Amino acid sequence: MIVAERKPLSEIINAVEKYDKVLVLGCGECVTVCMAGGQKEAKEAASAISIARKKAGKPVDVKAHTVERQCEFEYLESARELVEEADVVVSLACGVGIQTMNMHYDDMLTLPGVNTTFMGLPTQQGVWMENCLGCGKCVLEETLGICPIARCSKSMVNGPCGGSQDGKCEVSKETECGWHLIVERMMKFDKLSALEEVKPPKDWSTSHSGGPRKMVREDVKL
Amino acid sequence: MTLSNLQKALKSGEFIVTGELGPPKSAERDKIEHHGHLLGGVVDAINLTDNQTAIVRTSSVACGKILIDMGLDPVIQITCRDRNRIAIQSDVLGAAALGIKNILCLQGDHANFGNEPNAKNVNDLDSMNLIQTLKNMRDEEVFIGGEKLEAPIDICIGAVENPFADPFEYRAYRLAKKVEAGADFIQTQAIFDMDRFERWMEKVRELGIHKKVPILAGVIPIKSLGAARYMKNNVSGMIVPDEIIDRIKGAEKKKEEGVKLCVEMIEHLKTVEGVAGIHLMAVAWEEIVPEICERAGLLPRPKFD
Repeated sequence: MIVAERKPLSEIINAVEKYDKVLVLGCGECVTVCMAGGQKEAKEAASAISIARKKAGKPVDVKAHTVERQCEFEYLESARELVEEADVVVSLACGVGIQTMNMHYDDMLTLPGVNTTFMGLPTQQGVWMENCLGCGKCVLEETLGICPIARCSKSMVNGPCGGSQDGKCEVSKETECGWHLIVERMMKFDKLSALEEVKPPKDWSTSHSGGPRKMVREDVKL
Repeated sequence: MTLSNLQKALKSGEFIVTGELGPPKSAERDKIEHHGHLLGGVVDAINLTDNQTAIVRTSSVACGKILIDMGLDPVIQITCRDRNRIAIQSDVLGAAALGIKNILCLQGDHANFGNEPNAKNVNDLDSMNLIQTLKNMRDEEVFIGGEKLEAPIDICIGAVENPFADPFEYRAYRLAKKVEAGADFIQTQAIFDMDRFERWMEKVRELGIHKKVPILAGVIPIKSLGAARYMKNNVSGMIVPDEIIDRIKGAEKKKEEGVKLCVEMIEHLKTVEGVAGIHLMAVAWEEIVPEICERAGLLPRPKFD
C-alpha cells in the first residue's frame, strides 16, 4: 500500500489562511489504512482549522468529506457539489490522489495535506516498512522474496556492503540490513551458492531513471 | 606498458606497504604535497580517498595527478555513491589519461554520514559491478553499454573487503566474488579484532583466494582514547575490542601506546599466511607513518624493477 503521513496541522492551517471556504477531502483507500487521510483525519484537520481560525478572529467555513478513492476520476464526482462550493480543497490523499483532484477539478486549487512517503507494509500497529521502490524489474525470485533494491540502503545487487553489522544497516541501527536477511534466507533454503554469481549492473531504465513511467495495456483498453 | 610501482610490488612477492592520504576539504595543493612528501618512499603506493565518509573533499583523481607530478604512485579510490556509470567510466578514462594506474573500487559510505546528508545517493552500480566494469574496460575494451573504447587502458584494479562486517559467514565468499569480478589486489578494513581477522583469513585460505590476489591487511594507528572510542562507536563496519580501548586508556603516553600497538599488529600480520602486505591508514596522522614503518622493520622500501 501507499504510506503517507499527515502534514503538521500548523502547516495545513497556514496553507489555507487566506481562504474563507475550505474543504478537507479524505480518501478511503491506503491513507485510511495508514491513518493519515481517512474520514477521521479529515474531520480532525477540519476541526483544527476551524478552531485556529476562530482563535485568530477570522472564522472559516470548513467542511470534511471523504471519497472512496481519490486516485480515480469517477470517484471524485461524488464530491462535486462540495468542491464547487469551496474556495480551496485540502486533499488528504496520497500524491496521486491530490494530482487526480487537480486534473479533474482544474479550476479548483487542491493543496496537499499529507506527505506521501513510500510503498510499504504495516508490520505492526503504527509501524510501516518500505518494501518496494517500484523500480519496474523485480528480482525477488533471485533473492527469495526480499528486495535488495528497496531494503538495501545502497540498492546493491551483489550482496551486503562493508557497513552491515549485527544484521543492521550502517545508516541506522533501527534498520535491518536487507542483504543480511537475504543471506540468511539463502542459507535457510540452502541456496547460498546462488550468490556466488556476479550480477550485472541493474537496468534502471524501468525505474524513474527512464522518466515518468506510463503503462499501457492494449488488451484491456476500451 | 609500464607498470605502476604498486603493480611491480604486487608481482615482487615482497611484503607490500600502502598508505593513505585523505584529500583536504579545500583546494590547497600544498597540503596534498605535504602529506605526499611524508609518505613518499615510506610506502609503495598511496591511496587517495574519495570523499571519505561522504564528506566533500578534493577529488581523488585530481589529487592522484598531484602525486603523479611528485613522482609518487597513487591509488585513487572510486566510490559508487556519488556517480552513475557515465561519470565513473569517464573518471576512469580521465585518471588513466593522467597516468594514474591504480584504482580501488568501493561502494562508499552512505551520504547520511557526511556533510551533505540531504544528497541523493547515486549507487547506479554496486562495488562488484564497478570492479567488473573496470576489468571489462581494460581486458575487453568495452564500456558497460557495449560500445568499444577507442584505445586500450592500462589499470590495476583494487577492491576492499571488511572481515568485521556481517554476515561474517558470507564475507570470504564475497571476497572470492570480487576476485572473480576482476580485482587484482585487496585491501581490508582496519583490523583491531585480530581473532576475527584470523578466522576470516582461515576461510580465505580455505577458498584459496590468497593465492589468486595479494591481500593487504588494513591497520590504523590510534592517536588518542577519543579516536579509539569514536572508531568503536561511530564508524560503521569496524570492531574495536574493549581490550584495545582499555590498553590506550591505561597508557600514560597514549600516542606512543597507539604506535606500539600498530607496530605489534604489523609484526603479527607479517606472520599470517596469505597476508601479502599492509595498508596503513593514518587518518590525519600521516606524520607518524615513517616512524611506524621504521619500527615495524618495513624500511627502506625495496626498489621494484
